[in-house]
Amino acid sequence: MSSVEKPEPGSWVVQNPRKRGVPEGLWLHCEGCKATVFRKAVEERTGVCPECDWHFYVSAQKRIQQLLDEDSFEEWFADISPLDPLGFADRKPYHERLVAEQAKTGLREACIVGRGYLRGRPLVCGVTDSAFIMGSMGSVVGEKLTRAIEQATQSRHPVVIVSGSGGGARMHEGILSLMQMGKVCAALARYHEAGGLFISVLTNPTMGGVAASFASLGDLVIAEPHALVGFAGPRVVQATVKADLPDGFQTSEFMLAHGFIDRITPRSELRTEIARIIDYCVK
Amino acid sequence: MVWRAPGSNTNCETILPQAAQDMSSFEAPILALEDRIEKLVAVPNPAPDVEAELRRLRVELSRLRREIFDHLDPWDVVKVARHPDRPQTLDYIELVFDEFVELHGDRSFGDDRAILTGFAKIDDRQVMFIGQNKGRTLKERNESFFGCPHPEGYRKALLRMKMAAKYQLPVVCFIDTMGAYPGIGAEERGQAFNIAFNLREMSRVATPIVCVVIGEGGSGGALGIGIGDRIAMLQHAYYSVISPEGCAGILWKHAKYADLAARALKFTSKDLLRLGVIDEIVPEPPGAAHRDHRQMAATLKACLNRNLRELAGVPRDQLLAQRYDKFRRIGVFEERPPNVVGQPPAVSDAGAAPRPAAG
Repeated sequence: MSSVEKPEPGSWVVQNPRKRGVPEGLWLHCEGCKATVFRKAVEERTGVCPECDWHFYVSAQKRIQQLLDEDSFEEWFADISPLDPLGFADRKPYHERLVAEQAKTGLREACIVGRGYLRGRPLVCGVTDSAFIMGSMGSVVGEKLTRAIEQATQSRHPVVIVSGSGGGARMHEGILSLMQMGKVCAALARYHEAGGLFISVLTNPTMGGVAASFASLGDLVIAEPHALVGFAGPRVVQATVKADLPDGFQTSEFMLAHGFIDRITPRSELRTEIARIIDYCVK
Repeated sequence: MVWRAPGSNTNCETILPQAAQDMSSFEAPILALEDRIEKLVAVPNPAPDVEAELRRLRVELSRLRREIFDHLDPWDVVKVARHPDRPQTLDYIELVFDEFVELHGDRSFGDDRAILTGFAKIDDRQVMFIGQNKGRTLKERNESFFGCPHPEGYRKALLRMKMAAKYQLPVVCFIDTMGAYPGIGAEERGQAFNIAFNLREMSRVATPIVCVVIGEGGSGGALGIGIGDRIAMLQHAYYSVISPEGCAGILWKHAKYADLAARALKFTSKDLLRLGVIDEIVPEPPGAAHRDHRQMAATLKACLNRNLRELAGVPRDQLLAQRYDKFRRIGVFEERPPNVVGQPPAVSDAGAAPRPAAG
């Protein structure tokens, strides 16, 4: 009986209202099948749920490890760092936010670019990390991608950009972020005219200004399964149309069915797939 | 940015009428003074002292207008840009151009009424005109989704630009949208893909392109027809990465903080000129464009004529190279050696001009 009695104030039950859940680090909650899965099992499968094949977030560094040949990646333009051009402050000043995000992710900005090899095929690679301020594109992301594309235009290498961005263009840098869309697309236009192959890989989520610029401009657009891909966020769409959204709205599968994505490729096959495409297109 | 928190009530339907009411808050002293002047004018056989008073009031009125409109809060700028009487694309077609031959449709899906395209004549100069239009009557507004374009609108615009390049016509783009329409159909038809394609293709359209933000420059929806050789902006227009309501919804967790977001985003014409994003500000008549459509149109026409004249002689290769450089140099960052991740980045002055990229 004592166990169901109301505990005295100050007793252990009230004092320590710890959330009953899984210890951080050992287990993961899968958004796909709602199961609790062993983190190690997920990591062994390149961040894919062993139960339902849900694709978990992977960091930019991990993504490069997964995608490219071992130790073949040479990072470019790592010196480029963000500034706070507008003196932007919401509930937290932007320059403080940057420091916090850098500490959290171990990245200097939301994007890594460089050169590497994929199954022995040389390529220029860019990855945006959706954990760094939602993977949003500010001046640094725009500049790094533009320089990487310009380099690839010179060296005539294929370009692979893996996008993950729930944010799109970064609000904290205002109009400068919006203009990065124009800047990267202009570089892609030159690259395209020069005959370069651009493979765009969309991961969960790819939205807004990132989707409405470089991520959509691949000669081939490949998406991971069940990724959220679209322009306006689902909540904005719902608030606007005031109706239920169709099933699977704005998923990779939805975009494939509507003709905007060439292929949906599970993460485990991404390397094979990209290598095969390069072999078809680059002689 | 696209995600808005719940509670951000930013539908076009609610904003337009609201803007008209909001205007009165800072326009009230002007309206009161105008009222007094009107009453004095109506006096039959005015005495000399009345005429003197009238003169004094008129001077006072122009001073007051200048004072209020030269120091508008960014949130008030948004209200001016959304004012229901503000001249729109259709008004300018009437007042700036001598002829407009509308060309409908994108040859693929439909005819988006939020973007109007066609041949136009400005004095003796033939141009391809592309303009975002909100509409005035309820019918027009519904047809154009309150000026929020769909993918077919962007396709239509690009189709006309390519045609313009083929026949050596310069392109004039008028930007006035809250943003590309966030609807189910728009997503199904590839809003993001069509805007992206326009950004890429517009950077290579081999004919002069002059863009003017005439009211609202709403994010990707504006940029989708906004890549050009000259970007001008009306004095009280705004051009932003996200609507102030949307930004407030995400960063302040509620759309009611839109005024704070408006101040933070630095999106007025003055800010954009300082940031090197636009080339010029087109001054508005006293009390903003909605008070005098004709004068606004005349100023705008002169601006267009000048820019088109300047660009007309530029060889196409040089034009495209300059257009590339124009966007290439936008961005503010620094280059620091690695291994200092986690250190606070230096904070630049809010007022400092952007440093050109080193590459």
